Amino acid sequence: MTPTGSLLIATDLRKAYGPTTALDGAEFSIHPGEVVAVMGPSGSGKSTLLHCLAGIVPPDSGSIIYNGREMATMSDTERSALRRSEFGFVFQFGQLVPELTCVENVALPLRLNGTSRKEAEKTALGWMQRLEVDDLARKRPGEISGGQGQRVAVSRALVTSPRVLFADEPTGALDSLNGERVMELLTEAARSTNAAVVLVTHEARVAAYSDREIVVRDGKSRDMERVV
Amino acid sequence: MSIGHTLLGLLESGPRHGYDLKRAFDEKFGHDRPLHYGQVYSTMSRLLKNGLVEVDGIEAGGGPERKRYAITEAGITDVQRWLATPEKPEPYLQSTLYTKVVLALLTDRNAADILDSQRSEHLRMMRILTDRKRKGDLADQLICDHALFHLEADLRWLELTTARLGKLAEAVAK
Repeated sequence: MTPTGSLLIATDLRKAYGPTTALDGAEFSIHPGEVVAVMGPSGSGKSTLLHCLAGIVPPDSGSIIYNGREMATMSDTERSALRRSEFGFVFQFGQLVPELTCVENVALPLRLNGTSRKEAEKTALGWMQRLEVDDLARKRPGEISGGQGQRVAVSRALVTSPRVLFADEPTGALDSLNGERVMELLTEAARSTNAAVVLVTHEARVAAYSDREIVVRDGKSRDMERVV
Repeated sequence: MSIGHTLLGLLESGPRHGYDLKRAFDEKFGHDRPLHYGQVYSTMSRLLKNGLVEVDGIEAGGGPERKRYAITEAGITDVQRWLATPEKPEPYLQSTLYTKVVLALLTDRNAADILDSQRSEHLRMMRILTDRKRKGDLADQLICDHALFHLEADLRWLELTTARLGKLAEAVAK
């Protein structure tokens, strides 16, 4: 896959935490509607790559272009707005606010963007239906299972119809049956909205839901489609 | 997979012609590899010789001879024994890959490349199976899951070997 027409392109990314090199010239590109798995052993730099791509952590050097714009030239406010409205996030653990009900959790990103409560919860319920957790709308995160919680988290990540969904080990805490269902629903939902998915995983069965994979090792990335 | 035992097992529900046996096998087990007629007839003549099946009738007609086969008592015992015996864990392709990796290290080639390409090839197959699973019924899902778990085991071996390439290079250099 060539970077031409890519939604998000990173070149020669370098990032060090003190004496530890996390990224050492990593490259990445993704098209709208594409699911790309980022694989590699623990400590290889794959989560750092995701954090840089999502504008959570600035790289020491290198370029990240989102939708034609260099992210380094954006202000913090612009990057935050981008993360709130154009990016969605799913992590392995602890993403839901325990005091809020599930539907309030899912509606939260819309509320933060200024959508009215009624409208936000209506959209939220729609996404919860797609992820098959709408019956849990009035429950709190403490009252539902891990697999259900992860589907609620995926609903929340998709509620703003993001153009890029960043998922870091989204099924890491689930058994295989629940993990696969989450992956099925997540990729289906993302494909139906033409969202790009950056999927960090060390599990092959999860990566099998992607269109292609890149491998990160010692801070360097390898696009397997260009190798094979 | 033992074709002989599978065909015998299919005969347990009642006598069938060779053609029916092939069709039943292909429908149930031969999605990727349908049987050749030759395979069916050579297997059946072996089973016949060993007393595991008998000819139940021959249909006359313009076409080739159409034998109808029935399973014998000895055949049923044989199927039962096969079903009750666990399969030997297969060495799969590790031995071949191991040979390639060691050869690459010995000849100063990039062993990690071999492992990366193999991972990619495995993932390609896993994507096909995952897709088939997503579109299939429960039987398809279970069959694909079995294949996926085996491929995943190979992949875990690939990851471990990749992580140990440095040590392996030292070991083969001795």
